[in-house]
Amino acid sequence: MTTVYTLTIDGRDVAGSEGQTVMEVAEENGIAIPGLCHLEGVHDRGACRLCMVEIAGSPKLAAACMTTIAEGMEVTAHSEQLLEYRRAVTEMMFMERNHVCAVCVANNHCELQDTAAALGLTHFDLPRISPKVDIDASHRLFAIDHNRCILCLRCVRVCDEIEGAHTWDIMHRGLETRVQTDMGIPWGESTTCTSCGKCVQVCPTGALFEKGRPVAGGSKTKRPFLPWLKVVQEERGL
Amino acid sequence: MSRPRIATVWLDGCSGCHMSFLDLDERLLDIFERADLVYSPIVDVKEFPEDVDVCLVEGAVSSEEDLHRIRMVRERSKTIVAFGDCAVTSNVPGMRNPIGVPPLLDRAYRENVSLNPQVPTQVVPRLLPTSQPVHRFVDVDVFLPGCPPHADLIHTLLDDLLAGRVPDVSGSRFGR
Repeated sequence: MTTVYTLTIDGRDVAGSEGQTVMEVAEENGIAIPGLCHLEGVHDRGACRLCMVEIAGSPKLAAACMTTIAEGMEVTAHSEQLLEYRRAVTEMMFMERNHVCAVCVANNHCELQDTAAALGLTHFDLPRISPKVDIDASHRLFAIDHNRCILCLRCVRVCDEIEGAHTWDIMHRGLETRVQTDMGIPWGESTTCTSCGKCVQVCPTGALFEKGRPVAGGSKTKRPFLPWLKVVQEERGL
Repeated sequence: MSRPRIATVWLDGCSGCHMSFLDLDERLLDIFERADLVYSPIVDVKEFPEDVDVCLVEGAVSSEEDLHRIRMVRERSKTIVAFGDCAVTSNVPGMRNPIGVPPLLDRAYRENVSLNPQVPTQVVPRLLPTSQPVHRFVDVDVFLPGCPPHADLIHTLLDDLLAGRVPDVSGSRFGR
């Protein structure tokens, strides 16, 4: 039998099952916590740090997507302080690479752009790093522009957990961190990629895109297809 | 009380923000019932005047001339609005930043021409090493992102400023 826990999020009494995360329980109760790496249907990773919440009695912040609920937990998901932190995190994502919304394939279909607008971010105080970053357009159908990658690693997880190909992974560290195909070879030369396009569909920004799409033409599916694929996988015993 | 004095300047941008400003259409008549347009690319005044109340600044700061102008604009204006993505983030002009000026000029003026390849040095202002948003050089009072900002947002902003309210820029976003 599943144990049910009761807790509060932003002062509201809510309940969830043992093993559920704060993020999941918040979602079920219509409490929106921002997040760019969380994706229903694949395991959470806590990569983007946007869903940081305060938990009473804990001296540090916790990622809502990585924290399982407990009886009597008191969660603060929205406060002036948390808003400041989330703006800072979003600003760092913009400044770390070269994001130019105006000429991006994902303009108006971008979760990073939407997040900035939702948090009321009107400008950036941090200086731009303006790194020289590569584009890999060697694949027949798709391309990756690392200028727009925020390292949410949705592509890595969907490729591994849903498609089962594990073409995507990460390499290097710190500012040099990049997602890579196979062992860092050009995407077009990958022997594991099945060209299914799931990575492109789940990318929150314009980093992964279909070739031939114009600026602002990178509309992605809004349907949550991953949980459905997961069910199919489980039923077939894969 | 004298009428509020509005100015607009065009630094390194495509003039799209000014086009959006013109998209205020008949609302321009309402704005300029209450204020004067004392300097702008769309009026025939050569020198940026003293005692400007509100100045909309389109474009990034990319050249020595841009830098000279934005400093003068700051000295002579009470309120500066970073007007559109180029002024706010350096946007498209900033795409040259990872490349550097010498390779950029070589590509544009030497490699890609067949007749008399040379980098222009006379009359045109020297480029700064990188293209930067306005607030890297002078204080900015209001940020209005957008590529371009929608005419409705520009109208709300000017209406608020003329009425002495803190301008409401909610609804603005990077990109379009």
